[in-house]
Amino acid sequence: MGLKIEGFEGSGTFEKGVHPPGRKNFSTDIPIEVIPTPKKVVLPMSQHIGAPCASQVKAKQEVTFGEVIGKAKAFVSAPIHSPINGKVLKAANVTLPNGRRVPAIPIKAEGDQLEGKALMDEIFGGDWSKDCAGKYDPKAISDAINDAGIVGLGGAAFPTHVKIMPNEDKPIDALLINGCECEPYLTPDYRMMIEFPEAIIAGSLLAGHAVGAKKIVIGIEDNKPKAVESMEKAAAGTGIKIARLKTKYPQGSEKHLIMSVMKRKVPPGGLPIEVGAAVSNVGTVAAIAGAVLKKKPLTHRVVCVTGAGINNPKNLLVPMGISYGELIDFCGGLTKDAARIISGGPMMGFAFADLSTPVTKGASGVTILTNKDVKKADETACVRCGRCVDVCPLDLVPSKLAVGSRNSNLDVVQKYNIMACLECGCCSYTCPASLPIVQLIRMGKAMVAASAKK
Amino acid sequence: MNDQKQQSDSKSPDVKKPDVKKPDVIKPDTKKKKNDSPVPIVQVTSSPHLSDTSFTTQRMMIDVLIALLPVIGMSIYVFKIYAVKQLLICLVSCLAAEVVFVKMRGKSLSITDCSAAITGLILGLSLPGPAPWYVGFIASFVAIGIGKVIYGGLGMNLFNPAMVGRAFVMIAFAGSMAASGYLDQASAVDAITQATPLDTFKQAGEVTPLFDLFVGLTNGSLGEVSAIACIIGGLYLCIRRTASWEIPAGIIASVVVLGLITDMVTASSGWNVLHHIFSGALLFGAFYIATDPVTSPLTPKGKFIFGVGAGAIIMLLRIFSGYPEGVMFAVLLMNALTPLINRWTIPTPFGAIKKAA
Repeated sequence: MGLKIEGFEGSGTFEKGVHPPGRKNFSTDIPIEVIPTPKKVVLPMSQHIGAPCASQVKAKQEVTFGEVIGKAKAFVSAPIHSPINGKVLKAANVTLPNGRRVPAIPIKAEGDQLEGKALMDEIFGGDWSKDCAGKYDPKAISDAINDAGIVGLGGAAFPTHVKIMPNEDKPIDALLINGCECEPYLTPDYRMMIEFPEAIIAGSLLAGHAVGAKKIVIGIEDNKPKAVESMEKAAAGTGIKIARLKTKYPQGSEKHLIMSVMKRKVPPGGLPIEVGAAVSNVGTVAAIAGAVLKKKPLTHRVVCVTGAGINNPKNLLVPMGISYGELIDFCGGLTKDAARIISGGPMMGFAFADLSTPVTKGASGVTILTNKDVKKADETACVRCGRCVDVCPLDLVPSKLAVGSRNSNLDVVQKYNIMACLECGCCSYTCPASLPIVQLIRMGKAMVAASAKK
Repeated sequence: MNDQKQQSDSKSPDVKKPDVKKPDVIKPDTKKKKNDSPVPIVQVTSSPHLSDTSFTTQRMMIDVLIALLPVIGMSIYVFKIYAVKQLLICLVSCLAAEVVFVKMRGKSLSITDCSAAITGLILGLSLPGPAPWYVGFIASFVAIGIGKVIYGGLGMNLFNPAMVGRAFVMIAFAGSMAASGYLDQASAVDAITQATPLDTFKQAGEVTPLFDLFVGLTNGSLGEVSAIACIIGGLYLCIRRTASWEIPAGIIASVVVLGLITDMVTASSGWNVLHHIFSGALLFGAFYIATDPVTSPLTPKGKFIFGVGAGAIIMLLRIFSGYPEGVMFAVLLMNALTPLINRWTIPTPFGAIKKAA
């Protein structure tokens, strides 16, 4: 099957990968709801890839909705804004789901807050103009993105202005908008495409104009026909194309999306721009539209609270810095057999246990699995069956990397290109011997990084 | 190994008192894994948090056992009591050897992974029916002990254990394992009274009809006689992807090519490519022995090279050596080359530029 989009050579899919169960049914048809303003938010000063922010506020200082709390001190960084009106409390340290311990600014809610529908309208409501992109200077768009503190909302949290900026040297043939959402369980991108397609289209046009992209394509997996329909309707007359891609994990990986649509391969360690592409998530471009057209900083995001381990799965619009525990409480609490709380989806998300952990910009959802879901056979010996090789979307030999990492064999892991690994989890998912391949590879990567520092 | 219980840290009571620091005190805490408290116990582990439980190593081994059924059935049909006896001896000896050696290493029992049973059956199927009991018995202990456990058990061995056992008895009991070992003129079982097709051809130039080879009405090692049984079981293995199709494909491809060349350069002897494929242990070896994942390369490309190499060695031995058959030596030699093939065939990562060799 081809994509049948003029100028694109992709086949709509990529080689290898796996087909984990989708399990999106928990929250897929539940409209986005606004969570009541929490009594307190805790804003980590590092919610993105790159340099941490420097606090701009002092304890007891009054702040308002949208005020800058943390200022970016480097190019690859993104400022942090207050999602509520309130008073700054004493700075503290928090541990994020990925295990990093970072400084954070707690803010206590005080005074009137934007709630419910008013908040929803403030962020996603109103008319999204489809023909104003040309009015803006590309640099101004990039600056607006930077000022709004927008980072990749798909999970990586890479500062968006670094990607979405004009550049003279390397022409961008296409801007790809990632609506794949290939992780099982997660639904926020899907809900965004159903409920706010205009914002996504407006943001796509602005981002496309900023990078000077000749074409814009929105990639959606073919198991989401309603999202395709919704986006096609909104995109009518704008020249934006919708690409139906094969449902396969990790279709939403930047490299594999580019492969599926453009049939180009980003080299290991390279960026999409090297093959004339830019990629952004649907939630991210919606935030771009808000930043440019309405001058709104990134203060809230859509997350899903889903899985068999939560009583009432929901899609929620939540302020950054709200605790995961509050999300879980709002959704009826954990079921008795809940066994694992994951920030993100089950394939690449981080399991954590501290419910006071704050939601950050890169958190696309919280997935709660039960004992039944996480049940795994006991680890047995690797019989070198090669199934991991058959599924690795980056053409690596995961079993060799795992054994090399376990034996701390630096030569082997480097010879087998450990640093090219994306940690997508296809190998561990497939492994008949239940080896923790990804975990071992992470150890190996840390080992390589440590040796490089010496 | 990496599961940390959320609550385990906070809960080791009285640790400060040195007297009560016995393991007994801590035990009740760790036992509380069984979740009957109203509060869910949350685990923290590395991603991914889902796994495909439909396919496990054990399931893979069971697939091999299923795939062996037609071959075992055919061998019992052709060799009657000889096959039953030999297979039982090897199966029981291999399981016993596994128990003995694993106990000696102080490891927990691994019989349930079925790998010893497979080694036993494949070994039994590769032996001649009339071979005396001690041949199978000794071969089994060598297979498991020297072929597998000595390397560190399942997954660590360099050579195919069954073939190690067979090679040992082939040299130690040359009489029982040579062409004459397959023969028993006085036997009540028809097949046993004739020499093996490969041997008849080597010694007397007589060509066995293809149909007999295909169905399996000839003499030979227990598992190798019926080409059709090997093909049925082998296809099952390949379809289930328990065996990689690249290996049998490589072997058959190289036998076909070399067989055709042989046909062309030598005067017609009536023994053509198809005879090469359907005779001896070629198909049995290609589908069941060479495909042992532990001792074959990891990547599809490596597997194909492995297959082609094994096929070439088989043809070399069949045509030029004193032995009528060469599957066992071919597999063992290619096993030895497997680490090297793995090194040659490190795949280029997605998007990387191929390194100059």
